[in-house]
Amino acid sequence: MIVAGCDVGSLTAKAVIMENEAMLSSAVIRAGTRPAESAEAVMEMAAARAGLKLADISRIVGTGYGRERIPFADSVESEISCHAKGIWRLVPSARMVIDIGGQDAKATRLDANGKVGRFIYNDKCASGTGRFLEIMAEALEVPLGQMGAMGEHSRQKLTISNQCVIFAESEVISLVNDGKELPDILNALHHAMARRVASLARSIEVVPDVVMTGGVAKNCGVFNALSKALDVPLKSLDGMDPQIMGALGAAWYAAENEKNH
Amino acid sequence: MSIFAGCDVGSLTSKAVIMKNNKIIGSYILKSKPRPGDSAEASINGALEAAGLSLANIDCCIATGYGRDKIGFADGAVSEISCHGRGAYWLLPSAQMVIDIGGQDCKVMKLDANGRVERFTTNDKCASGTGRFLEVMARVLEVDISELGSLSRKARAPVTLASTCTIWAQADVIKYLNSGTAIEDIGAGINTAMAKRVAILASSMRTEGDVLMTGGVAKNTGVVSTLEKLLGVRIKKTRKADPQLAGAIGAAVIAGNGGGI
Repeated sequence: MIVAGCDVGSLTAKAVIMENEAMLSSAVIRAGTRPAESAEAVMEMAAARAGLKLADISRIVGTGYGRERIPFADSVESEISCHAKGIWRLVPSARMVIDIGGQDAKATRLDANGKVGRFIYNDKCASGTGRFLEIMAEALEVPLGQMGAMGEHSRQKLTISNQCVIFAESEVISLVNDGKELPDILNALHHAMARRVASLARSIEVVPDVVMTGGVAKNCGVFNALSKALDVPLKSLDGMDPQIMGALGAAWYAAENEKNH
Repeated sequence: MSIFAGCDVGSLTSKAVIMKNNKIIGSYILKSKPRPGDSAEASINGALEAAGLSLANIDCCIATGYGRDKIGFADGAVSEISCHGRGAYWLLPSAQMVIDIGGQDCKVMKLDANGRVERFTTNDKCASGTGRFLEVMARVLEVDISELGSLSRKARAPVTLASTCTIWAQADVIKYLNSGTAIEDIGAGINTAMAKRVAILASSMRTEGDVLMTGGVAKNTGVVSTLEKLLGVRIKKTRKADPQLAGAIGAAVIAGNGGGI
């Protein structure tokens, strides 16, 4: 039995293909302006990697911001549910999922059965979302994917005091003009981001184990800073890509639906 | 007769005013330079030149604004709130509420009958509702910020910006531009979004008397007229001087009082 999950976010589209509860392949692409096209492209890429065709997949669950526009999805699930499902299947001890996406940040509590409890999200303000890092990467002319590693070379502690992305960007530019070192600025940005996300998570009470999902979790600077800001070590995903957790959870929904059929 | 000066070094613009006999005899506005000291120097020199005077002719100069502590030639520094209150009172003695929108903040002040600030509230945490919001949007629309206000008058079907956050609203504006929406309709939507945000701050401080708007945004007719509708009051216009000079005027008046507010 082959199933799949497809997560069409604001910035990226992700797909996961599973057979008999084991992952066969995954794919992540930059999302275009049309969610349907992004969904098709990412699903085809994941299928090709598994040596499959779309027709070989018996059930597909869609999720993410563009989930209603995935033409081949048999059903849809919310992002909160999918991230919780993906994480619970991977890390059964997880009681809190912090997911930072391109345009939002969410914290979700799970019980021992993987059921979603309290959750909170910020999609009103770009601060504490992936967009914050994207804008800073552009301003500093650093590739987004290298921010984390570069920040690890920081030697001097700096603080970004503004929460607003617009004001923080000006603050960063002043730091550059003051001759501050790039790793120090990056490190300060990671901590600023972590502080914002930590205060969101604390509002629904932080219960370990805590895991981090979404593309921003790949930034080791934010990952470590969040651990510090929460005063809780973040549980690792054992080499699994944190960005595909929503798609993985959607694939698990597809597997469960298929079983119950 | 003594001659006094006020110098208001803001985040985006710097202003200086020379006063003699309670009248403005020279003023100057320029875009702020990276160093507040340089901005102060350039603004006072511009105002002195307009008045046909030199620094030696000034009996007392008071500095205000975000860079007020870094101005070598000033005899003292006074907070922005006090200076804007004083300046507003000088511009319109009947003013009871003053809405001052600066480059990076928005202040709402309640004045007593003598022009002293009784209460005030500010937003300097979020770029939305500050001059910065309009600056960002003007850049996206590729119009000069001074032309933004008049777009409201020419709009036929103003758009609605769904997001308060400057970053998300900017993405909305880009979408409208890409879909071919008329620039006037987008501009009107921007001015309305700005007015809505300021109205929230202003309505926390209702007063019976006259309302005066100061700061550069007071020159944006689109924002002012929408704000009038939202607050249900007429916003008084002052012809005595450029409303953007209010802080510098207040500083000069305070200089004339020997530094007393």
